[in-house]
Amino acid sequence: MTRGNIVEFAGVQKSYDGRHLVIHDLDLGIRHGEFLTLLGASGSGKTTTLMMLAGFETPTRGHILMKGVPIEHLPPHRRGIGVVFQNYALFPHMSVAQNLAYPLKMRGDDRATIARRVEKFVHMVRLEGMEHRRPSELSGGQQQRVALARALVFEPDLVLMDEPLGALDKALREHMQDEIRQIHRELGVTVVYVTHDQSEALAMSDRIAIFQDGRIAQIAAPEELYERPASAFVAGFIGENNLLAGRSEGSAADGRCRITLASGAEARAALPGGRTRPTGQVTLAVRPERLAIGRPAELLANRLRGRITDVAYLGDHLRAQVDIGGGQRMIVRKPVDQFPERPTIGAEILVGWREEDGLVFS
Amino acid sequence: MAVAVAHGAEAAELRRAWHRSGQRRRLVSLLLVAPLFLYVLLTFMLPIGLVLYRAFENPELIEAFPETASTLSGWDGGEGLPPDPVFATFARELADAPKRATAEAARRLNYEISGFRTLISSSARKIDSIEPAEPSAMRDALIELDARWGEPAYWHAMKRATPSYTPYYILAAVDLRQDDRGDVVQAPEDQRTYVDILLRTLRIAAVVTLVCLLLGFPLANLMANASGPFAVVLMIAVMLPFWTSLLARTSAWIVLLQKEGLVNSLLAWLGLIQAPLELIFNTTGLYIVMVHMMLPFMVLPLYATMKGIPPHFMKASASLGAHPLRGFLHVYLPMTLPGVGAGALLTFIVTVGYYITPSLVASASDQMVGYFIAFFANTTINWGMASALGMVLLACVVVLYLIAARMVGIRQLAGLK
Repeated sequence: MTRGNIVEFAGVQKSYDGRHLVIHDLDLGIRHGEFLTLLGASGSGKTTTLMMLAGFETPTRGHILMKGVPIEHLPPHRRGIGVVFQNYALFPHMSVAQNLAYPLKMRGDDRATIARRVEKFVHMVRLEGMEHRRPSELSGGQQQRVALARALVFEPDLVLMDEPLGALDKALREHMQDEIRQIHRELGVTVVYVTHDQSEALAMSDRIAIFQDGRIAQIAAPEELYERPASAFVAGFIGENNLLAGRSEGSAADGRCRITLASGAEARAALPGGRTRPTGQVTLAVRPERLAIGRPAELLANRLRGRITDVAYLGDHLRAQVDIGGGQRMIVRKPVDQFPERPTIGAEILVGWREEDGLVFS
Repeated sequence: MAVAVAHGAEAAELRRAWHRSGQRRRLVSLLLVAPLFLYVLLTFMLPIGLVLYRAFENPELIEAFPETASTLSGWDGGEGLPPDPVFATFARELADAPKRATAEAARRLNYEISGFRTLISSSARKIDSIEPAEPSAMRDALIELDARWGEPAYWHAMKRATPSYTPYYILAAVDLRQDDRGDVVQAPEDQRTYVDILLRTLRIAAVVTLVCLLLGFPLANLMANASGPFAVVLMIAVMLPFWTSLLARTSAWIVLLQKEGLVNSLLAWLGLIQAPLELIFNTTGLYIVMVHMMLPFMVLPLYATMKGIPPHFMKASASLGAHPLRGFLHVYLPMTLPGVGAGALLTFIVTVGYYITPSLVASASDQMVGYFIAFFANTTINWGMASALGMVLLACVVVLYLIAARMVGIRQLAGLK
């Protein structure tokens, strides 16, 4: 066991029907005090992983260790893990204060302690004056805060959050992201956060584990995931990406990879040190914001001529689709002032990118 | 953000326009609901009103002896006999009244003092032999006819029976009566029956409700959490009694529970009993059969409530450190209370008014109010008493409903929340 890991999944498998595995051989270490996000499409196993950690599901095989102790057969109420549920699960027949007092009462704390703790956490989530309201009398954002406070009020070392912001509108969601991050920093608690929203994951996490069909495709810090995805799947999942199929002609001695695209055009990509050079069918990934257009593109190593098929005006930037031949399209995203002129559909355009901005996956 | 229109005229115009815009829709919904409204009015509200009226209506003496009634109402009802003209008027009317009206009046007077019926009928037969005479002579002639006419109690009883409306039935339904001075007093001890019957009825309903709750709660819980075909089977098992005729079910229970019935034979075959158990035509049988009849009324509201409680509440409770048992007590149970309230109220109300099953499977000493209402309505044709008992039962149910509404909330009881 690695020092500094609060939780360790060791060879965990989960099957609901005895035939199909929902989780394949999961090995995952969760570090003390980190904000770890489990990110993936629905059915990728992220929620199952969370529920096994909370104790509502039992691993079919393997072990879950918390602070070095196996917990896979410990019932949920003895794990001492806070959980924020997707739909909050606030007890409707109890007031805000009673909801917050519940975990403390279950632990047999005395009245004075309970009152003090409840007050502290009501203050922390800024719900002063709402203590005696029922959950049904609160707005969605306020309910969310109560759920958050209730999962934290007994000061667990680990808090799990299952898509807690899914029910909120966009503006409120972004606001709550800031609040959750701030609370995480203040309390130093370890957070495991499940979401399918990659921008939420990028904004909040210390590390992100990307789930793909019951396996972790990659686990890394947000920047690393974005800049150096381990596979075409990750490259496509995190942020927007142009994924172009092509053939790699072996590779040159200069450490560069040559790829022939469907249109017959050739692109070159630098391979970071230590990576084996892929041959045969490959995928080339280029971020839309790394593409240059018009005159600046002429100076770059990779240049393709294309035709604009669609333009969307998004306020601070423009997003254009460019047909580069061979049935392939690229998306270009640039601040409005970096487009040479307002692009028109059907216009010819030159797109280009640097060798190091293209990533090759086999 | 809604902004209120500031000026008076403008506001009035807006209100008119708003009213006009909704008028057609309101009219249509009113028309759509009209048939049901009429139906409820004619088949439900009207009969209840009639029952209420019948419990107080008192026409018999006025119809048979109208003048006697009006002269009697002039009597102060003090000690001693009424003034002589009352005797004369009564003797004349008794001779002239149609037989049918006299019989009705005799029946009504018999409720006041038993034996009054024979007094009236025998006097009516012999009254023609008396020659009309001075009022004072008529008094003596009547007393000669039957000495009881000389007892003030009979005249007091007749005075009590003369007003158009009487509290007699409703008082009798709770073992009270008016004495000769018009004060409300308890009925003589040997005549007190209805309070006992009412308490018995409420007790039986309470026990049936409690047993149904104890049996139905786990069943409803199982149904709410069961999945697939098992849930369907459970649902059918609960609904099956609803789809079978009441009489068929009751008869089936009699067959099962009688001395040589299936249950006794099985127990004897197993060697558990030596002599057959008395399982039917007594209190035991009443409870067994009534609980079976009432179970769906308890299970269905419970099931509906439990189905609406998502599993994440118990998960949340566990994640907060509560043992499943404490979670059940603190989280799940309080959330099922509206269902418990609705189910218990429904079961209790239906049981309180049950008639067919108790009359078939219970002993004479276990009969409930419904049996006596039927007895008065069908056997003795005493509509006043039948209506009064019905009113008492209705009052009990309304009081209970108000208490429950206070505790659980009327909207939850009605299933609106």
